[in-house]
Amino acid sequence: MGVKKKILNLANWIFPIGILVSLVIVWEVLVRVVNVPSWQLPPPSAILDELIVSKDLLLHHTLVTLKEIVVGFSVALVTGLTLAAGIAYSRILERSVYPIIIASQTIPIIAIAPLLLIWVGYGLTPKVIIVALICFYPIAVNTVDGLKSIDPDMISMFRTLGASRFQVFTKLQVPNSLPFMFSGIKIGISVSVIAAVIGEWVGGSEGLGYLITYSQPLFLTARVFAAIFLLSVMGIILFVLGVWIEHLTMPWYFNAKRSRAMEIS
Amino acid sequence: MVFAGGSKDILAAPPKINVKGLNKTYLIEGKSEGILEDIDFFVRPGEFVSIIGASGCGKSTFLNILAGLETHDSGLIEIDGISTDARLGIVGYMQQKDLLLPWRTVLDNAILGLQITGVARKIARTDALDLIHQFGLSGFENQYPHALSGGMRQRAAFLRTMLLNQSIILLDEPFGALDALTKLKMQEWLMDVCLNMNKTAVLVTHDIDEAIFLSDRVYLLTSRPGRNAVILDIELERPRDYGMVTGTIFSELKKELMYPLWEQIRAV
Repeated sequence: MGVKKKILNLANWIFPIGILVSLVIVWEVLVRVVNVPSWQLPPPSAILDELIVSKDLLLHHTLVTLKEIVVGFSVALVTGLTLAAGIAYSRILERSVYPIIIASQTIPIIAIAPLLLIWVGYGLTPKVIIVALICFYPIAVNTVDGLKSIDPDMISMFRTLGASRFQVFTKLQVPNSLPFMFSGIKIGISVSVIAAVIGEWVGGSEGLGYLITYSQPLFLTARVFAAIFLLSVMGIILFVLGVWIEHLTMPWYFNAKRSRAMEIS
Repeated sequence: MVFAGGSKDILAAPPKINVKGLNKTYLIEGKSEGILEDIDFFVRPGEFVSIIGASGCGKSTFLNILAGLETHDSGLIEIDGISTDARLGIVGYMQQKDLLLPWRTVLDNAILGLQITGVARKIARTDALDLIHQFGLSGFENQYPHALSGGMRQRAAFLRTMLLNQSIILLDEPFGALDALTKLKMQEWLMDVCLNMNKTAVLVTHDIDEAIFLSDRVYLLTSRPGRNAVILDIELERPRDYGMVTGTIFSELKKELMYPLWEQIRAV
């Protein structure tokens, strides 16, 4: 089984990487053959060149954006989980706050961004708020779902063991919500990068999003591509980090999933 | 009257569970519908008693009421001679589903009840390990439930129920989801465990053989509303083994339950 699993893992990686590499090669060749000007569409080699030449500049802006994401996401995580716990525990909160949270999603957060500039200025704060507002929703809503989707027989079982409401919450609802919570966290991570870029577009003087809007009118297209590349690398690394923590937190969940998958195959 | 498996002291002792004239109705689409009507029921300490009846006779509702999960409309329920509505946590309850928590290992599932009553994890684990062999779970203590067979999962759930100091356990078709052979093995095993751990047991089932084989007394309920139909003492010697199932006494007893049950089913 061990060997078979390794091959399976390798196959999982070979295809996406293979497709990606061939796309890059096709891009490079096409740009050179058709002779597209570099300010319109730079070849991958020019983007790589830009990454090396401007590495200090790019690193500086990358760290700014990373900071916005990490702080904003942490704020969303703490408030999202706290509110989810409150909503799942108290009927009053569920009836009063939960509908507001869901309705709030109809407000396009991008449209709020200019207001934030008026209220809190151009620094780190408005970006953190935008990232937090966007990440908050998937984390909170998924966790609420996880805390509440409990087999009623499970609750009966806990009650016949003499469990209090609080024990049902900590020993049953919270662990049960973990897979849901991590789904929310992964969605949150994926949108956090977009949120930070939007924040920088609306108003800012630092960060990869700012660098893109600054470089575009100057036709520094390779730099725009380099920034996009770094944004997506950052997103991938953060996502993988989330998946890694997910596996560390819930080994039981992935064990069960694997054995189910084996039964099917 | 002499009961198999019961000595004179048991007969003299007050009943462990005593139910008199219990009524329960549900409100279904605005109409009140009788579920249980004038049920009389008792279990002496250490006895094993079964309740059988067609689907919808209210036998599971009866167990839920005994467990304290549901309320009854009128009638008396006494546990150890005391009438109380706070039965949750006092009476052990075992359902058809094993309800093991997927995020806990077998051992940690077993100690759930102990932890809830405030026993420290380390002490609870020692208690559970003492019994792990008797419950046929040696070597599986640290496995997650998904890796276990249906029978083992059910035994792990039994261990969780039995580890608490609840002297009564209610069993709601605990073998219903198991295959026939596993079921036979589990029945014999359960009989031993209840005897060794000095538990008083109430089993709900629709398997007549199972009811007779395990019990000191069987209550047959009518369907909708559930009323006492037959109360049958099972005077089979203990210890019992599965050879008895084909004996003459067994078939005579079976007849006494089978015919009334058939009539019920035909009437529906």
